[in-house]
Amino acid sequence: MRLEKDPNPSPLKQALALLLGLLLALFLLWPVLLVYGLGPDQALGALLDTLREPLGRAEVLRRSIPLLLIGSGLALAFRTGFFNIGAEGQLLLGAVGAGAVALFLPPGPWTLPLMFLLGGALGAAWAFLAAWLRAQRGVNEILSTLMLNYLAQYLVLYLVSGPWKGETARGFLYTDPFPPWAQLPTLGSSLVHWPTLLLGVVLALGLQVLLFRTPLGFELRVLGGNPLAARYLGLKEWRLLFALALLSGGLSGMAGVGEVAGIHHRLMEPAQISLGYGFTAVIVAWLARGHPALVLFTAPLMGVVLAAGDGLKLAYSVPFRVVDVVAGLILLALVVADRLSGYRWRK
Amino acid sequence: MEEVFLRAVYFGTPLLLATLGALLGERAGVVNLGVEGMMALSALAAFAVAQGSGNLLLASLAAAAVGAGLGLFHALVTVTLRANAFVAGLALAMAGVGAAGLLGKRYEGLPLFLTAREEVFALASVALSVLLYLLLYKTRPGLYLRSVGENPKAVDLFGGSVAGLRYLALGLGGGLIGLAGADLSLAYRPSWADGLTAGLGWVAVALVIFVGWHPLRAVLGAWFFGLLFFLQFRLQGSVPIPPEAFAAMPYALVILVLALSGRGRAPKALGVPYERER
Repeated sequence: MRLEKDPNPSPLKQALALLLGLLLALFLLWPVLLVYGLGPDQALGALLDTLREPLGRAEVLRRSIPLLLIGSGLALAFRTGFFNIGAEGQLLLGAVGAGAVALFLPPGPWTLPLMFLLGGALGAAWAFLAAWLRAQRGVNEILSTLMLNYLAQYLVLYLVSGPWKGETARGFLYTDPFPPWAQLPTLGSSLVHWPTLLLGVVLALGLQVLLFRTPLGFELRVLGGNPLAARYLGLKEWRLLFALALLSGGLSGMAGVGEVAGIHHRLMEPAQISLGYGFTAVIVAWLARGHPALVLFTAPLMGVVLAAGDGLKLAYSVPFRVVDVVAGLILLALVVADRLSGYRWRK
Repeated sequence: MEEVFLRAVYFGTPLLLATLGALLGERAGVVNLGVEGMMALSALAAFAVAQGSGNLLLASLAAAAVGAGLGLFHALVTVTLRANAFVAGLALAMAGVGAAGLLGKRYEGLPLFLTAREEVFALASVALSVLLYLLLYKTRPGLYLRSVGENPKAVDLFGGSVAGLRYLALGLGGGLIGLAGADLSLAYRPSWADGLTAGLGWVAVALVIFVGWHPLRAVLGAWFFGLLFFLQFRLQGSVPIPPEAFAAMPYALVILVLALSGRGRAPKALGVPYERER
């Protein structure tokens, strides 16, 4: 018996490898949960409760909205070799744009559309900076987008503790609440801001069409599949890079608009706005394997993980960091599974 | 003036140790983006052992061991399984910071009765820089290590073990990153708190590029950033600039520094898993 390469692994084998990877992740997660006196049964219980109860399901949907928007943009970006991990910061910039429109512009029917427009534009600008640095100065975008996350955090912190601090906020780091015309409607009494959800679904499908049915999409796929061929064909690499950055950054920015206009109705501390969506969306995009439309399935999947994490937090006072651990381990499981499925045993 | 220099060195010491650790791995051709998580877990290990045993040497060794273990794990995933090192490192950073936050909850706010002296770590870090320089440039294993980052195929042809050398580099590098964690929780800020590493690991990853993958230049680079951290700390409140701008400065500087240092002298096989042809 020896190991050899399997150039064309079957979907079943890929799924089995993924399962194996996830088991490895759970095994690594175990000691961490044990510190909080949690057995696998309790963790599983929190997961099932989330799926059983209507409130839990609404939470899953609410958590899926930003993941859907960010994830579909990232799926496109990753496929094409632009490793944007700055969605966290781009989302915050979106929230800043939404805040600027909601708090300082005169009211009108244009308020909400303008919030999405400005928020999206600011998110796009944040990502564009990283793309420009890579095209012009050869700066690795993983590092630049990561640093830009920190800058965005401090920008929001500065705004809510300084110039934008609310009259009614007292000791808290809040802006004033957004006026009613700057708030998104929700489904019933839940926190599911459906206009953003709809926008996410439409954009995920739209990106899929863009990628597989348009000339720009073709160029992007060539660049992602074989950069050398792209150069040979005379594709303008930097132009494609900028398009990717604007798309993925813009979508992350809109996710930020949805969070503040649909849920919080004010700008607040950065960690409370983003809740780690930018990093969780990396997994959503990675799972979707370069198909923006598949994010329609993978975003709710991670939505369940986030909502179940909330459940654990409430029931057993496990700190929010549990989500970081789960996200990191799942990502690790994914890359390992991806490699394992590329091999087969030969007698 | 003398005090400013000393503070700059002390502020730069954890950064130097982490940079050396990341640098060693990259010299062998493996990118390690997990530094932040490795530092967080080893800082926690150091603090926990120091709390339990009161022995600072034991605590530092524990941190180095945790760092080395995580480095070897990164090697398992990237060298043996040939997974994408960027994604694996990112995952390691996320999981490490998260796990340190969870596991360390009960150590938060606890005092440390015996704290390590900052000058010990500072001296050790400089000595380690020189040692690393000598290892990489003056010895045969060092030559092999560097070659594995430039041209693994040649090393393979000469009978060297590509995987073995990469495991060695990531393990030793992990140990250095572990010491950076020990410095943080035993000397730099003798305490444990979630978020203790505060992005220092990412700054270290950027510094590796800034210093052109050279261990002696890493000393100057780390001290330069130490000076900036110190100035940020010192000037806060005394000048009419919002504190958030000061806090954001290191990250803005990392971007600036990366933009200025460009693509530069990266090892040629950096980030490329090695696969032997049949």
